Amino acid sequence: MSETPAAPAREAPASQAPPPAQHASAAYARRDGGIDGQAPPVLARGLVKRYKEVLAVDHVDLEVRAGDVYGFLGPNGAGKTTTLRMALGLITPTEGTVELFGRNPMRAGAAALHGVAGFVEAPRFYPYLTGRGNLELLAALDGDGAGGRIDEVLDVVELAPRAKHRVGGYSHGMRQRLGIAAALLRRPRLLILDEPATGLDPAGMRDMRLLIRRLAGEKITVLLSSHQLPEVQELCDRVAIVNRGRIVYEGDLGDLRRQAGRGYGLHTDDDARAREIADGMPDVEVSGQEQGALRVHGPEEAIGALSIALGQAGVAILALSPELASLEDLFFRLTEEGT
Amino acid sequence: MSAAQASTAPPIAVRSPRARRPSTFTVLRLELRKLRSQKRTYLGLGIAVLLPLIFVLAQLLRGHPSHAGGFIFFAHITESGLATPVLILFWASPFFLPLIASLVAGDVVANEDGNGTLKTILTRSVDRSQVIAAKAMTAVLYAAAGAFTMAVVATLAGVASWGFHPVITFSGTVVSAPKGLLLVVAAYAVYLIPLATVASIGVMLSTLTRNSAAAVVGALAFTLLLALVKLIPGLEGAGPYLLFTQFQAWQGLLATPTDWAPILHSLWVCALYAGPALIAAYLIFLRRDVAGG
Repeated sequence: MSETPAAPAREAPASQAPPPAQHASAAYARRDGGIDGQAPPVLARGLVKRYKEVLAVDHVDLEVRAGDVYGFLGPNGAGKTTTLRMALGLITPTEGTVELFGRNPMRAGAAALHGVAGFVEAPRFYPYLTGRGNLELLAALDGDGAGGRIDEVLDVVELAPRAKHRVGGYSHGMRQRLGIAAALLRRPRLLILDEPATGLDPAGMRDMRLLIRRLAGEKITVLLSSHQLPEVQELCDRVAIVNRGRIVYEGDLGDLRRQAGRGYGLHTDDDARAREIADGMPDVEVSGQEQGALRVHGPEEAIGALSIALGQAGVAILALSPELASLEDLFFRLTEEGT
Repeated sequence: MSAAQASTAPPIAVRSPRARRPSTFTVLRLELRKLRSQKRTYLGLGIAVLLPLIFVLAQLLRGHPSHAGGFIFFAHITESGLATPVLILFWASPFFLPLIASLVAGDVVANEDGNGTLKTILTRSVDRSQVIAAKAMTAVLYAAAGAFTMAVVATLAGVASWGFHPVITFSGTVVSAPKGLLLVVAAYAVYLIPLATVASIGVMLSTLTRNSAAAVVGALAFTLLLALVKLIPGLEGAGPYLLFTQFQAWQGLLATPTDWAPILHSLWVCALYAGPALIAAYLIFLRRDVAGG
């Protein structure tokens, strides 16, 4: 699993000076006139979807902020896709509301989807039309000169050479890429992607991650539902983990990993002395030694005090690093609790 | 997309939220484009082309007119080619043309639902009301195209076989060939009223059942089986109000003087069928969960 720090997507070039959230909100406010520019891209409150006896989504609260690359995680049947369908206005919530940039798709209809694009489950197209034909049709349904961007988006997803072929003959990966192209036609501020890398080969998955990262760098907020934990860990700065229709965690991925982490790894030039000093501190606990490092636990202040005490005692600290829980650990811990 | 391309492609500008939304006419144009691209479209139109040709060929092979069914045009089929489209309409109106109309009407929503493309178009910049309106219009236009194709082929085949001559009416009067042609066109136009009603019912069933086969068969069954209602003792009086009966309303045009009563009757009876069907389709489509695909 990749240990790349969370939120690489925030690593925007210097030319994109304002922080993503501020920039996107400002742009939105400027372009939208009377619409509330401060409204988050996605805000769900008390969202419920019930199918007869089955409670598919159970009082979900969700807030995706401008500039987020937001991971939406959960096992199969947890209610992720149902939540995304409600967000896009495809299905009606039994209770609760969901708003996109402050607009409710159930009330505002297509107007609520301005600046929003994406797909739920696999992107679907007309198999009897060519790739370009499908995009032409969808561009016409978008208006706003979307037809003029077809070549551009085909280039982005590298489907231009196959654009004249019928979609019926496309591979799964090509359809996923065409789905991204169709979404980009709308020049979205919010991109909702449901398992975009599913079924792709490793190279395709890597390219998809790069594309998502690039889009995030262009101030597009991304709501990414995925089973690919490394993908989420690499791309997302905030996550919601859903299990049995309920959100079991929502927030900053880094915070979660730190909170759930197993402590700190401490390398010194005199581990015996270091352990002695740590044992003498009330808020610090030493749980053992693994791979040449002492495993110490305690609040940040206590760990800071330990490092000072070690220095004063002449014990050299070679390394002191928080041991973050992997997303996979967290995912299984959170989704298997109570099962 | 290559890794390099994904990371270095030109920026994709953010969309203006005040973009002009497409009109319902645009959605209709796209529905017609989809229609043109599908094989099943040509199945129905193929039936509309083949039936008149088979009919004319059979009459030519037989070599003499028939008096089948007591329909006056059968006796005069060899006297004017203009009798052929009238006979074809008489013959195809209760089943074949409704079948052609149902083929698309029953499929127009259910097919997209089954293939998952409904969610694709409903997440663009058009409202559900625009989509269902365009689909209903597409179904009606296709039904009209089927009837028009059948009329043109029947007229051409008939005139080619028996000439462009004056034609007899139901009243026994003879009208000139140009007027006869006008009457043929008008007869098919009047027939479009119940045919559009069949299409409307097909669209409603397509929206309700989400199953193309069920909707196609259902629309036909509703049209044809309901005709049996008048055979039930005590319900003989229902005949004039059955959709099946309206398929013959066009015959009023071929009387001298023109008998408008069945045509006007057909108008309001069909409105009573089509109106609720379209309203139901609209309401179901607006409120339904699009969960497939």
